[in-house]
Amino acid sequence: MTISEKILSKKVGRSVRAGELIITEVDGVMATDTTGPYAIKAFEEMGGGQVWDAARCALIIDHAAPAPNERIANLHSMMREFAREQGIRLFEIGEGICHQLMIEHQYVRPGDIFMGADSHTPTYGAIGAMACGVGSTDLAAVMKTGKIWLKVPETIRIICHGPLKAGVTAKDLILYLVGKISISGATYQAVEFKGSAFEEMTLASRMTITNMVAEMGGKTGFVHPKGLELDYEFEATYPDENAAYVQTLEFDVSGLEPQLSIPESPDQVENISPHEGQPIQYAFIGTCCNGRLEDLQAAAQILAGKKVANGVRFLIAPASRSVLLDAITDGTLQTLVAAGATVLNPGCGPCVGTHQGVPGNDEIVISAANRNFRGRMGNPNSNIYLAAPTTVAASAVEGKITHPKKYQ
Amino acid sequence: MQGLAHVYGDNIDTDRIIPGKYTKTLDTASLAAHVLEDLDPAFKDNVKSGDILVAGDNFGCGSSREQAPIALKVAGVGVVIARYFARIFFRNAINIGLPVLEVPDHDIEPGDEVIVDLETGEVINCRTGKCFQATRLPKVMIDILQAGGLVAYLKENGTYQLEATPNL
Repeated sequence: MTISEKILSKKVGRSVRAGELIITEVDGVMATDTTGPYAIKAFEEMGGGQVWDAARCALIIDHAAPAPNERIANLHSMMREFAREQGIRLFEIGEGICHQLMIEHQYVRPGDIFMGADSHTPTYGAIGAMACGVGSTDLAAVMKTGKIWLKVPETIRIICHGPLKAGVTAKDLILYLVGKISISGATYQAVEFKGSAFEEMTLASRMTITNMVAEMGGKTGFVHPKGLELDYEFEATYPDENAAYVQTLEFDVSGLEPQLSIPESPDQVENISPHEGQPIQYAFIGTCCNGRLEDLQAAAQILAGKKVANGVRFLIAPASRSVLLDAITDGTLQTLVAAGATVLNPGCGPCVGTHQGVPGNDEIVISAANRNFRGRMGNPNSNIYLAAPTTVAASAVEGKITHPKKYQ
Repeated sequence: MQGLAHVYGDNIDTDRIIPGKYTKTLDTASLAAHVLEDLDPAFKDNVKSGDILVAGDNFGCGSSREQAPIALKVAGVGVVIARYFARIFFRNAINIGLPVLEVPDHDIEPGDEVIVDLETGEVINCRTGKCFQATRLPKVMIDILQAGGLVAYLKENGTYQLEATPNL
């Protein structure tokens, strides 16, 4: 059995295989300020009452936080009120991004089945949870019943032989793989990442990998647990030797160069080389993809003693308050601010185009986020390149797309 | 149902269906007012109740925002036809009662009148007279759609019913 077949079989108490439709109990759910208000509305319309298990539900105000206008402020109030009535933990503005918080606060654990009302929920496969993104009404139904219906997914296995070259990061690898698989290549399917390129990765890097399963169209994704370290004891789920995969792809990534996703789809991925020298006006590091301590540290290493180029604004949004505190304590933030970066509160920052830094017409953004669809950051007349935090930092110093090796 | 076809391409993402900056509202009419505006600014004025949106591969990829199918439904779209859909959009559309049909092969062009039979999954292009068959939905999805969406379905059933799925 594959990892998702094993997790689902254990939960439903019988052996289930890819293609079967099942009803399964769910270990946890969360919704954000984009999806939460509609989920609350749907929950009330379903008859309301008590959620099935308040301790397994979380609400996070992260997408437009703090509220940029009265309309959104009132949606936040609605979430706070529902959380208070139901006894659900509400993560306030400044606590961080939903996905970072679910893992940090152990709302999700290895082997869990988790439904998140956000498309980047597959991130939790970094710790071996089967986590899927759902919409608001599906989420409301889980809050009501504790269950969801699912098709047991087929699985694509991606084996990467490393190690990655020094200075090449998990983000470069996942951009490369999204380019290979395409924006739709894993639709309805699970993805398992295996091989030496992943085994040395930190939890933060593994989260960057599974985060972008969403950009392959995947339902859920897992990094094989070999080498995974968590703060607590856990039982790792490995696939069987004879697990049935719909496809196995194998890559030698030992020579991989830094990658760029060029406008305007995450799967338009190329080596950085032909794009070096492309002027940029706006650099951004943050998000559920790359807003963790190691990402900020990598940027600080490049920016130490240097200045952000004239004509460039450099925004940083730590993924959580804990990341922010660590970055304050170890001096990372001092380095970044001294270099000219603007630090935003923990949260989604400008990624979703709702607040905190919309690009102007014809501006070019280089971002460590995971999406560069037209209009993503709030202006359809700007263009977004996606890259590793190292490349974003080097580009911020130069004011143009720059290979990070120059500063490493 | 019968309606005018509005035809778009592959990989229409949720940021194009309804940009993130407009999603934070429960006022669904304001969602419809911005539907598809970065893809086709004229769509919201041209679309009439019961019209049919036709797309290629992977319609609705990207975000989990249910505001995307809501915006289309409130704007008047009666059914979305695509070669295939992104997973979350597909579930969301059914859950809010917006019919979606996977039609792997068709000859629909912009402006064609199209007849859709949601019961049988038959899609007829009035211009060419050709009939195309949609992929069959799992019974649970047909039941949800027939109830008018997941809210109504759960009010009727209390929980999901997979057992009665002889067609799978």
